[in-house]
Order: sequence, then structure tokens, then C-alpha cells
Amino acid sequence: MTSHRVSTYLAPRRRLQLASLLTAPVLWLGLVYIVALAALLVTAFWTVDELTGQVQIEWTTENVVEVFTEALYRTVTLRTLGIALLVTLIDIAVAVPVAFFMAKVASTRLRHLLVIAVLAPLWASYLVKVYAWRALLSSDGLIEWAASPFGGSTPGYGLVGVVLTLSYLWLPYVIMPIYAGFDRVPDRLLEASADLGAQGWRTLVSVVLPMIRPAIIAGSIFAFSLSLGDYISTKIVGGATQMLGTLVYDNVGAANNLPLAAAISFIPIGIILVYLAAVRRTGALRSL
Amino acid sequence: MQLGRVARIVLGAITLVVLALIYLPLGVVFLNSISTSESLSWPPPGFTLEWWGRALHSTGALEALGTSVVVGLIASAIALVLGTLAAMALSRYRFFGKETVNLLIVLPIALPGIVTGIALNNAFRTLMGVDLAMWTLVVAHATFCIVTVYNNAFARLNASGTRLEEASMDLGAGLFTTFRLVTFPHLKSALMAGGLLAFALSFDEIIVTTFTAGTGVTTLPLWILQNMFRPSQAPVVAVIAVILAVVSVIPLAIAQRLTAKDAEAVSR
Repeated sequence: MTSHRVSTYLAPRRRLQLASLLTAPVLWLGLVYIVALAALLVTAFWTVDELTGQVQIEWTTENVVEVFTEALYRTVTLRTLGIALLVTLIDIAVAVPVAFFMAKVASTRLRHLLVIAVLAPLWASYLVKVYAWRALLSSDGLIEWAASPFGGSTPGYGLVGVVLTLSYLWLPYVIMPIYAGFDRVPDRLLEASADLGAQGWRTLVSVVLPMIRPAIIAGSIFAFSLSLGDYISTKIVGGATQMLGTLVYDNVGAANNLPLAAAISFIPIGIILVYLAAVRRTGALRSL
Repeated sequence: MQLGRVARIVLGAITLVVLALIYLPLGVVFLNSISTSESLSWPPPGFTLEWWGRALHSTGALEALGTSVVVGLIASAIALVLGTLAAMALSRYRFFGKETVNLLIVLPIALPGIVTGIALNNAFRTLMGVDLAMWTLVVAHATFCIVTVYNNAFARLNASGTRLEEASMDLGAGLFTTFRLVTFPHLKSALMAGGLLAFALSFDEIIVTTFTAGTGVTTLPLWILQNMFRPSQAPVVAVIAVILAVVSVIPLAIAQRLTAKDAEAVSR
């Protein structure tokens, strides 16, 4: 039996076993992904033939210089950063009271139910959720219908729509780590704080918040980095709003300028790396 | 914690309102799919099953469903093989560069989808000079699905330890026999869960898909995206959206149950 012979040959040779296990996955990820990423970085320094629209191997720093000097990219970068920060803040502001209620106020049974209720919509399709907001925000949608008796109206498709939709999309991702953070705060500490005379509010600020800070930061990573790269929601509910993601998308598609798109994609990659490096120090990555 | 009654009630109320807001949009999509209004105006003037009937006869949507299933199945199959191999290597052997391999597996899902998307688009079109097709989409999906299988398999392998495998080898079973009779039966449900997660991830993916699917290759999310802006299609898109949401929730719910049951069995 051949398989038997292979087995006896391999049995004492641990290195060879390891090599035969690792070769396929590492080759696949290396060839498909790492090469692709490296090539993308390189492509940013290539040009596009204006006549044929084909990418040419002609070295230039034009794309990168353009991205870092032109006002358009600065404006869009600032707008994207602003949206990502706003979405993160909204999600944290909503998630903290909900997570606190789940972890520290609700009974055990209610807590289990709430965890499922928060997690379930996380699984429903991303696209369907954005699509849902398109219907909600439309000029004869639910928001208009609910707001018009009070003299309000729907914000429509634009910046506000994007912020609302993105906040909605990432909210469960933010609630869950913060809930886990609250859950790790022992009740004994809260009781001790109260015994020492602290009011509820004081306990929250001096005892609970410092302890759940890493959890809040962990939650913010999701909301922040997922917002930075998003372009689908912006296309669907953003009207003419441009974000870094849509600029990249338009340059790959309509403008067919892959080198410029690659150069633009450096911005979100850079921002995320800086953010992750800053966050690493707080130890929040371990509570992901 | 010493919380006043008012504070408890306020917190409970906030939680209730937030949960309602989380479910409201999904409910609206469902109601729109059975609304008689073609333009999805609110409130629905009446209810009908016409759009569901039409969606089930829409060749475009059905073909897209077929494409999504085929892509999801092949991508999960590749991810199952590669993810299991990687999990075996990282859980059973010590070697230099382990952290790097780990990072390599996580990276495709950690970087923003658009970066993965254009990187692969560029690699296929410029680097390899091939036209985007169905197989390029499958390769892309398999790449970011590996991590879900890997995570599940790795956690299980770590939890079950090596004692049984060593016993099997001591009793004279070879490497393959040990894997077939000892390791694999232990790993089976974790692989099921990982495979289902991979399928759900692939089924729902839109960003990387946009950049790696060839012309004429339309998955269900792509079909929704293409038809969303056509007013005449609005209610049918709502039906497909409901189907997409349900189909992506079911495998995840099963996977969740599988993992929860086994966690219980292991801890017992």
C-alpha cells in the first residue's frame, strides 16, 4: 500500500510533515494575495497609456504626488476621516448605555436574549441593510412619512444618509466588545466603590470607564476602519458624496486608471496602520 | 451596582429603542417586498404576493442565485482544504515564522475590502494578463474565506489536545490512519461550522466581488446592486433582498449551534 509507505517514511520526519501541510496554504496566500498587494504598491508608480487605456510599465511618481498635493484628495480625505470619526462616536454613544444595560442591569435570561437580538442582524446581508436605508431615506419613505407631521423631512441621499447608514451597519460590531468589557468588570468593585461612598455617577466615571476603555477602543476599530474603506453605502445612499472608497472605485471602473486608484488606496491603508499602531499601545487589540 | 430605579428604567428604555431601530430597516424591506406600491412608498397601500411570484420567475435573479451558490461552494471547498492544512500546521508544529503565517491568513479579511478588491483586480488583469471570469471570482472568495475555516479548525485542534493522536500512533496507526480515525472525527463539526461560515461570507460578499467578477458573471449581491437603481425592478429587488438576508442567516445560525454544542461537549 503506497499510503502506508508514505506514512512510514513521513512519521519520523516532522519538518517534512510540516512542509507538506504548509506548502499549499502558504503558496496560495503568498501567490494570490501578497504578490497582488505588492504589485498594487508598485502599480501606483506606473502610468496609463492615454490612447489605449492600458497600464504601462513606465515609472513615475506623478500619481502619488497628485494624490498628496491636489486639493480634491485632501478634501475627500478630510471628509472621509470626518465621517469615520462621527460614525465611531455615534456608535460608541449608542453602544455604551445598551452594553451597560445588557451586562450590569438585565437578568441573566434577558441578557442571553439581548445578546442574540444584537448578534442576529449582524448576520443579515450587508447589502440588504444598505438597501433598507435607501428605502427608509427615499422621498416617500418611512422617515419622510414619520417626520412630515412635525414639519421635518427626510435627509435624503447625501452626507447625513451616509453617516446614518454606516452607524447602523457597524453598531452591533461596537456593542459586542463593549458588552464583553462591561461583563469583565466585577460587581465587587462596584459595590466597594459604593461602600466607600461614591455615587452611581462617580463610580461610573472613576471605576467603570477606565476599565472598559480598551473595550471601547476595540469597538472603535471596527466602526472606524470599516467606514474608511466603504464605498458601496456611499454609492447607494450618499447621492453625489465622494469618499476615498468611491474615488478608488471610480478610478478603477469609469476612469480606468488603476495606477491612480492604487495611489489613492495608500491613504486609507496609511490611516488604518497609524490608527492600529496608536491603538496597540492601549492594549485594545488583545480584547478584540 | 447602586443604580436608582429611574436610571434602570432609562437604560432599559434606551436599549429597547435601539433594538427596535436595529430591526426596523429589515422589517421595512420585508414589508416592501409584499407592498402593492411599485415605488416602495410608505406606508404600503396594500399587500400582494405578486412580486414574490415575479422574482421566482425572474431568470436574471435565478441565474444570479445559481452563480452565487456555485461560487460559494467551490470557494468554501478550497478554503476548507487550505484552512485545515494551515490549522494542522500551526496547532501541531512549532516553527519559525508562525506569527507571519498567522498574519498572512488574517490579512485578506483585515484590510479594507476595496484594497483586497483592487489588489486582486490588478493582479489578474495587469500582472497575469487574464480576463476576469468566474474562476477569478472563486479564487478571490477562497482567499478571504480561508480564515473562517482556519479559525474554527485551529480552536478545535487546540482544545482537543494531542493525547489521543499520540495514543493512536503508539498503538501502531500511521499518520493517515490517525488523521482519518482520530483527528478528523474530532474536527468534523468544527469544519462544518467553518465551511458554513465561509459559504455565508462568500454568498454575501459584494466589494471584492465587484472587482473580481468577469462580465456576465453575476452573483446575487451584484444582481441587487445592478437592479437597485431601476425603478421598475424595485419590488422584485426587495424580494431578492429578503431571500439574500435569510439565506445568509441560516448557515450562520447552524454554524453557531454547532460550535455552541461542541463547546458544551468539550467543557463537560
